[in-house]
Amino acid sequence: MNINLTLFGQLISFLFFIWFCKKFVWTAIISAMEERQKKIADGLDAADRASRDLELAQEKATEQLKEAKHEAAAIIEQANKRASQIVDEAKQQAKTEGDRLKTAAQAEIDQEVNRAKEELRKRVATLALAGAEKILQANIDENVNRELVDNLAAQL
Amino acid sequence: MAGDTQQTGSEYIQHHLTNLTFGHTEHGWGFAHNAEQAKEMGFMAINVDSLGWSIGLGLVFALLFRWAAKRASAGIPTGWQNFVEMMVEFVDGTVKDSFHGRNPWIAPMALTIFVWVFLMNTMDLIPVDVVPYLMGLAGVHFQKIVPSTDPNVTLGMALAVFVMIIYYSIKVKGIGGFLGELSLQPFSAKNPVVQAIFVPINLALELVGLLAKPFSLGLRLFGNMYAGEMIFILIAMMYGAGWILGTFGGVLQLGWAIFHILVITLQAFIFMVLTVVYLSMAHEDH
Repeated sequence: MNINLTLFGQLISFLFFIWFCKKFVWTAIISAMEERQKKIADGLDAADRASRDLELAQEKATEQLKEAKHEAAAIIEQANKRASQIVDEAKQQAKTEGDRLKTAAQAEIDQEVNRAKEELRKRVATLALAGAEKILQANIDENVNRELVDNLAAQL
Repeated sequence: MAGDTQQTGSEYIQHHLTNLTFGHTEHGWGFAHNAEQAKEMGFMAINVDSLGWSIGLGLVFALLFRWAAKRASAGIPTGWQNFVEMMVEFVDGTVKDSFHGRNPWIAPMALTIFVWVFLMNTMDLIPVDVVPYLMGLAGVHFQKIVPSTDPNVTLGMALAVFVMIIYYSIKVKGIGGFLGELSLQPFSAKNPVVQAIFVPINLALELVGLLAKPFSLGLRLFGNMYAGEMIFILIAMMYGAGWILGTFGGVLQLGWAIFHILVITLQAFIFMVLTVVYLSMAHEDH
């Protein structure tokens, strides 16, 4: 219980331990802890960033998929349109061709008919002449009669 | 031990409260053989047990924490390193709460105080007779193993805190500022004559306040630990009084020791916080 030099012994060792603690313990531990804190914060940041990136990528993928679907639909529609167009065109062509053929056939028929008529007319004329000759049994002026019969034939 | 050496109760207590003192006697330098001799040695003596245990525990603290500091890295901490970092974080938080200046010494000082005082107080939990008995077998008659029950130790630390208070007061505020703080408040007046009368009053008040800080700091720790030690000694006396009282003493000792775990931690914490607060006050410029 006596106050003696122990007082100063303790004082000096106290100061020594404070110095030791500051110099060899505190700084090292605090800096390590701060470094770790920074590392963890960085890690969390990186994780956040990564998840954000992932979200973004997913969004982008979805968008691309949608776009692709859209495009595919458009292409199919276009193809359908084109197909129907082709069919229409073919129909049109066929119709035109048919019409043309029909017209040509009609023309030929007409021509044929005309020719047949012509032929008929000629034959009728001749036939009529011959008939008339036979009926009259006379020598009629062939030229005058012929003109008459030709006029008759033209009226047919 | 109480029973076998025919000691009376007061002798037993006295024996337990005497330090192993090294100093100058009429026969030259040596250890004191009893309390009176230790007293006669006066100031030029050393309580070898207190200082030895105290420095030893300080070294335990320094080396254990140094070990952790060496392996400290930003990687994953394990075991002891975890514990040390927990302590460091705890002390750092406490210091940041109550110390608002910028001084890189405060936090390590607080850690040193907390752990060291805690270790010194923890010696209280070792049964009071064990170490003195073993030392007695080795021929050493006195041994107080709880350094914080020696006022030299607690007041020594408080004195160091006092020195730091003065040092930082003068460093932050300058001599004039420090003296002004001591003499110009709490009373002040516009009239110079009245102010001149107030100065000695202020000085008296502030000096008492200033000196009370280290004294209360040192004596609070000493008082608490001394009282705790005394109760352990009183309980230990029951072991020599038959097996009924002995068993009762055992129960009491266990209970008191468990309660004391709270006390030793609390006292270490209080010593640390008050030191930080006093130094914070020393840093504040008005």
